[in-house]
Amino acid sequence: MTRRMWTYLLPVLMLCVLAWGVERFPPPQFESGHQVPQMATPLPRAAVWDWIDTGVLFAALCAASWLALKKRNRKWIAGLMIFSLLYFGFWRRGCVCPVGAIGNAALAAADSSYAIPAVVLAFFLLPLIFTLFFGRGFCGAVCPLGAVQDLFIIRPMRVLPALEAGLRLFAYLYLAAAAVMAATGTMFLICRYDPFVTLFRFDGNWNGWVLTASFLAISIFIARPYCRFLCPYGVILRNLSRLSKWRVTITPDECIHCRLCENVCPFGAISEPSKVLPLAETAENKRRLVVFIILAPILAAAGGWLGWTVYPMLAKQGGVAESAKSLGIKLAIVAGVFVGLAAAGKLIGSVIGRRQEDYEARRADCFACGRCFEYCPREQLKRKQ
Amino acid sequence: MDEKKNQYSRRDILRHGVWGACAAGVAGTGAILASKSRGQKYVWQIDPYKCTACGNCATFCVLQESAVKCVHAYAMCGYCDLCTGYYRPEPKELNTAAENQLCPRGAIKRTYVEDPYFEYTIDETKCNGCGKCVMGCTSFGNGSLFLQIRHDRCVGCNECAIAIACPENAIVRVPAEEPYLLKDRR
Ligand code: SF4
Ligand code: SF4
Ligand code: SF4
Ligand code: SF4
Repeated sequence: MTRRMWTYLLPVLMLCVLAWGVERFPPPQFESGHQVPQMATPLPRAAVWDWIDTGVLFAALCAASWLALKKRNRKWIAGLMIFSLLYFGFWRRGCVCPVGAIGNAALAAADSSYAIPAVVLAFFLLPLIFTLFFGRGFCGAVCPLGAVQDLFIIRPMRVLPALEAGLRLFAYLYLAAAAVMAATGTMFLICRYDPFVTLFRFDGNWNGWVLTASFLAISIFIARPYCRFLCPYGVILRNLSRLSKWRVTITPDECIHCRLCENVCPFGAISEPSKVLPLAETAENKRRLVVFIILAPILAAAGGWLGWTVYPMLAKQGGVAESAKSLGIKLAIVAGVFVGLAAAGKLIGSVIGRRQEDYEARRADCFACGRCFEYCPREQLKRKQ
Repeated sequence: MDEKKNQYSRRDILRHGVWGACAAGVAGTGAILASKSRGQKYVWQIDPYKCTACGNCATFCVLQESAVKCVHAYAMCGYCDLCTGYYRPEPKELNTAAENQLCPRGAIKRTYVEDPYFEYTIDETKCNGCGKCVMGCTSFGNGSLFLQIRHDRCVGCNECAIAIACPENAIVRVPAEEPYLLKDRR
């Protein structure tokens, strides 16, 4: 049999060895009138659906802001959150999401040959704009990644503030790394290691399932671990939220310092009134502040140096194209400086402290989930009226 | 008291200033990116003339059962009796027994058309895009078998997981109106 095969093949091979892809065996003319079938080409989902998604996102953001700031009702917020989980998570199978859109935005900014699809751009920008006005309503009720973790909050533990701030640096690092890798066309880090997409698709390999399961298991004790310590989009949102025009307040009118809400936030976002003066006014803290301010440029330089040394290794791993390498190293240094400054900012923030007279949810940390509302006696009073 | 009031208003001014700067930043980023956007929808596809059928397509898709399948450009096919995409290089016998077939999943159906021609069709529910048949067909035959991302299965990842793993950079973004890169008679 083998011989027969080779007697057929050898002459053909010899003739065609250079002419790759030519028709070695001319397609036949059928005498029986056999019709050559057409290859089926099933189409992707129609583009109009993307616009519907954008519309749903916009409506959900409006609803989330209204529910958190005006309606002030946890049940409604939770309802919207579950809707978003079903729609953006399970129905849209986790793609496209604003978190992953960071990759598209970075690539579009760096690579002129890549045109970011309008819908992805809308997904990237809409939550940012809403956050500038109304705080992080997106995280509380619209983001499917946040929602799935939120459902697993069963026994939340308090994380020490210093530890929390330290761990949060991972998110800054992740944002920096993801932006550099996307901009150099290496990969979309965020999408690749999205811990919940395997669940949303209900399909995937074991690594994906293990990642999902571990994050959900941690969520039981440490509420929303991805949001607090890793989410790169959360880094942008939390800093925009600091400045938001309107904010989520625990009490509907005035704080009576009853302390009932003190411990109810599973994310530890509620801080108590500052007891004395802002901390920086004590001598010890003034000294520390000076040290940290001096430290800032040193940390920035260290970050930049780190970016410069680590990048070649990452580039080798990721197989970055030679042409992208010089851009990559520049970006990596900028990203390193960014992380260094973020670390310095955290240190300085830890001594400056704000004068605060009431129990308040810190804007940066508050996901606008609305859990604290019903603990406030003023809210109860208002509802009875 | 006065001093305190003053302090707050200064703080407010600072706040408004920074808010304005951030808003301008977001708007600016949006505008720059929008100028680069073509408002078009893209999907992923394999350029069959770059693909070397390395096998990564079967394993790197985020779906357990890859969205990449073998397709057949029938018009290019020689309808050979001795199909090098269908038979192993050294088949025991030239019949349809599984041990003679190249496809590990028995996804290729061979039907008699007329002497000496046979038609080969792919059962996409069985194929997992491993590319063994593609390799056989392009090395020794007409190259009418090739791999494509099937859009009824692909979930349209933001970045195709196979694109990163593809040694030939054969996976590219194509406009959604033309979602296939088909081979034709060149
Ligand atoms: S922090 Fe990130 S993952 Fe969490 S809800 Fe916000 S955007 Fe989503
Ligand atoms: S990974 Fe690339 S070269 Fe390998 S089979 Fe897929 S498209 Fe072809
Ligand atoms: S885009 Fe995603 S689903 Fe489609 S082929 Fe690539 S990895 Fe598979
Ligand atoms: S050999 Fe691989 S690519 Fe070809 S039909 Fe079989 S499973 Fe599909």
